[in-house]
Amino acid sequence: MPFNIYDFTSFTQWIDKSLYENCAPFWAMIWELSIIGLVVLTFYALIGLFLVYAERKICAFFQCRIGPNRVGPWGLIQTIADLIKLLLKELVNIRNADKFLFNIAPFIVIIASFLAIAAIPFAKGLHAIDFNIGIFYVIAVSSLGVIGILLAGWSSNNKYSLIGAMRSGAQIVSYELSVGLSMITICILAGSMQLSTIVENQANGWFIFTGHISAILAFIIYLIAATAETNRGPFDLAEAESELTAGFHTEYSGIKFAFFFLAEFMNMFIVASFASTMFLGGWMPFHIAGADGFNVVMDYIPPLIWYFGKTFFIIFLMMWFKWTFPRLRIDQLLTLEWKYLLPINLVNILLMAFLVLMGWHF
Amino acid sequence: MAEELFIKDIEEKEYTINMGPQHPSTHGVLRLVLSLKGEIVEKVEPHCGYIHRGIEKMCEKLTYQQIIHLTDRLDYLSALINNEAVCLTVEKAMEVEVPERVKYIRTIMDELTRIASHQLWWCTFGMDMGGLTCFFYGLRDREKILDIFEETIGARLILSYYCPGGLMNDIHPNFQQRVKDFIKYFRKKLPEYDQLLTGNVIMQERTKGIGYISKEDCISFGVTGPSGRGSNFACDVRKTHPYGMYDKVNFKEALRTEGDTFARYSVRMDEMWESMNIIEQLIDNIPEGDYCAKMKPIIKLPEGEYFQRVEACRGDLGLYIISRGEKYPYRFKLRSPNFSNLSGLHTMAKGQKIADLVAIGASLDYVIPDIDR
Repeated sequence: MPFNIYDFTSFTQWIDKSLYENCAPFWAMIWELSIIGLVVLTFYALIGLFLVYAERKICAFFQCRIGPNRVGPWGLIQTIADLIKLLLKELVNIRNADKFLFNIAPFIVIIASFLAIAAIPFAKGLHAIDFNIGIFYVIAVSSLGVIGILLAGWSSNNKYSLIGAMRSGAQIVSYELSVGLSMITICILAGSMQLSTIVENQANGWFIFTGHISAILAFIIYLIAATAETNRGPFDLAEAESELTAGFHTEYSGIKFAFFFLAEFMNMFIVASFASTMFLGGWMPFHIAGADGFNVVMDYIPPLIWYFGKTFFIIFLMMWFKWTFPRLRIDQLLTLEWKYLLPINLVNILLMAFLVLMGWHF
Repeated sequence: MAEELFIKDIEEKEYTINMGPQHPSTHGVLRLVLSLKGEIVEKVEPHCGYIHRGIEKMCEKLTYQQIIHLTDRLDYLSALINNEAVCLTVEKAMEVEVPERVKYIRTIMDELTRIASHQLWWCTFGMDMGGLTCFFYGLRDREKILDIFEETIGARLILSYYCPGGLMNDIHPNFQQRVKDFIKYFRKKLPEYDQLLTGNVIMQERTKGIGYISKEDCISFGVTGPSGRGSNFACDVRKTHPYGMYDKVNFKEALRTEGDTFARYSVRMDEMWESMNIIEQLIDNIPEGDYCAKMKPIIKLPEGEYFQRVEACRGDLGLYIISRGEKYPYRFKLRSPNFSNLSGLHTMAKGQKIADLVAIGASLDYVIPDIDR
């Protein structure tokens, strides 16, 4: 078993080869898909649990508190206990709600975030699927989630939920533009839409360093827009607790609520991992072009550590926003997008195209 | 034609929402019926009475010493100031001169109450704006004041420390030192509040120019306290009708001219500084003496009508007692600041967004038990 912490290509190929050698091609494919599904599901649940714990601890430290500290050492088991509680809770049936849409909405939200995970390159060769239109796929899949939110708000037949869904529809549709356009800025610099190629292209320096002012601008816009797209504070208008009680998921209980909750955290993880993939080099170690000795030392740190380090740095930034800033108002939110971020973004794309055309980037 | 009518019908149809009685940002069981057009609030109609306990009626069957304990339950965040309203009325009616020491301690305690109340207001203001961290910053500092109360009074929220003629008991020997320590501590911590919330761009954008109410409207609605002073309505009872030590200490009446949510916010922030100034002027000079004037065990107010105003944390609290010379009041009526402040809500919130309504409500800082009584 050729297992190598620095390069998973041979490992995944070995699994693939041994499956096809031992089974009929059809069953080999089924096996492979189930293994991938199982791994992604487990990963999804683990990351979700970890993020809930991390958010609790980090927000506690922002708020002069200790955070969970009773269940398990440093409260590590707390989220698992909460998960069990949510699983055991009654699923309240709402009279006059649209039953079918009401039940299907949380699944749409969670499937959208589930699909996006498939495209993340965790390390070299550690990829569920490596599209040549990876960025395009991610943008397409991540916009599915809003359907679930709209359905949830509309079908639960609650006025607060409807306002929450309305807000969220306006918000996500607007901010998707900024997310997409800042991703395209990087596509121009990378010359590819394949996520593995984008990471490989950052071997001589991460794009945020090599892409001049244009890449830094795109990074800032991406961070703002991604925070808004995941419905997190200061852009959590869709579930604004003090205004709409809980917005679109007011009427959900038990595990269905947990699906929305988990999907929110996973969306945060997904946007953070794309931020690290496109701007901070993904699993690529920190390299300085020319300084070979330094690069070799950096290469000794496994890519998974690089990847998760960067991703959690971005997640920490987003938590920092949430626990420091007050919430925006809906008109200010849309003004920010349509009057500032979008025009800046469009100019930025032109600037980046110009930079690449003239070869002025590093 | 039919289509036009249909469109007109849709446009004119109001979307009504019950905000409350159970809602996170009404700070209790207040019910606001909102008429919305999209996100814009067309009409706010407060429906009170969900926590009405008939305190004024109950007081007619209680002695004056007992009434003190009920007044804590009105605006529970300015419990001591409510106590003082009763005590001052009774003392005025009985023509009792309270010892100098009592006046000092009462004034210090009132101002501590005011700081604690404004701290909690700041917590909930931040929370209503969506910044949850504010809540814990405020509570962290409020805890220090509650500890001081606990040491001297034995209670933390429902204090009942004053009695007609003076105080229930003397201050704890540590009291002066702890108050001085607190002032020193809080002078360092208050700028943190500004760093976290006041200076924030989002916060300023959301509060400046929002929820305007003119000085004339303030006067006609009876919007008093920090909410009225945000519209340049100089209504501080501590200045206009001084009681306790307020005529002997130097302090500025915090006034703003803008009349918007941010003005009301700034007034409260300034009041915390002023309260600390007042306490600092008094804390070292508390004279020796009795903590209570000699009173009869059964107080019977002489026949007549008595009225006393005090400056509670949220505005002008008026207490009106009609006595027929019995040990119970014949009529007991409170003019509570929150009730009048709430009546200005529609004027402030009309034409604003739902999110603004929440911010305006937070800037009015209503305490529901005081509205319903």
